[in-house]
Amino acid sequence: MTNSVKDWPLWEVFVRSRRGLSHVHVGSLHAPDAEMALRNARDVYTRRQEGVSLWVVPSAQIVASEAGQRESFFDPAADKVYRHPTFYDVPEGVEHL
Amino acid sequence: MITPPSSAGLFSYVLGLADDALVSAQRLGWWISRAPQLEEDLALANIGLDQLGQARTLLTYAGEVEGAGRTEDDLAYLRDEREFRNVWLVERAQTDFGVAMARLLLFSAWQSELYAALAAGSDPTLAAIAGKAVKEVAYHLDHAAHWVVRLGDGTEESHARMQAALETEWPYVDELFGPVEGAVVDPAVLRPAVLTTVEAVLAEATLSVPQVARARGGGRHGLHTEELGYLLAEMQHLHRSHPGATW
Repeated sequence: MTNSVKDWPLWEVFVRSRRGLSHVHVGSLHAPDAEMALRNARDVYTRRQEGVSLWVVPSAQIVASEAGQRESFFDPAADKVYRHPTFYDVPEGVEHL
Repeated sequence: MITPPSSAGLFSYVLGLADDALVSAQRLGWWISRAPQLEEDLALANIGLDQLGQARTLLTYAGEVEGAGRTEDDLAYLRDEREFRNVWLVERAQTDFGVAMARLLLFSAWQSELYAALAAGSDPTLAAIAGKAVKEVAYHLDHAAHWVVRLGDGTEESHARMQAALETEWPYVDELFGPVEGAVVDPAVLRPAVLTTVEAVLAEATLSVPQVARARGGGRHGLHTEELGYLLAEMQHLHRSHPGATW
């Protein structure tokens, strides 16, 4: 990663707000290693009871789509209405579909 | 079994525990904006605020035990140096990060055992306060231990500085286990468990247990180092200049 001892690597933080929900990306932070990243995440992102579970991932390990590819990646989905699951009824009382 | 203490003894005992937490919180507050990274600023602020919360409930209880109508604010802001009952471990300046982590390791290892014992102890109010605090302190200990291991088992430079920090703080360990008036939990019985916890961390950190003479101590009797006076001047200034000031 980096040779400078002053610059700790960057980590992406994901919080599960309660059981049954997915972990959601909430931001990033610096930490010298994975264990400290988890603790920093606890202190920075869950001090107001935001979550019951935390993930941290080295930012360098995230493979992201590129802005330049946006048109070819995402625009073709625009007119494929038949892909939306809107042609049947959702049973009552189902919250997380 | 310890016989139930008199209310004066219990007041003095609870005040000691409250002052330990209050003074430690104030010292940790110094680190806000000065820690190595913003993340550590927040971590130390959180830990300090946990301790401040413990101090508030303990001071409130001390005020009730005393029965003279003093509130947590009266006790925190309107007592002079000689009326404070905290140990020397927490009152000295800690402007070196290694020293701060060594101290937090020692203090939170001691608080862990103390609160666990109080939570199972004979005083229901202290048991309730300690029962809540024990989870907070477990995290403080974890945080300090992780740093001590990283610095001790880090580079040659960080190892030397962490060992030096430990030598600086170790003389103040003994006072934690000294006899005190009105003790609900005999301080001496906590020693083996506290030292076992600390020594396990030091072993993992490749640090050695310091062989140093103990400091004189005397905080439980109101005898303090010069540094507490400066801390109190800063902490109490606002309240004394503007009595009853609120946010």
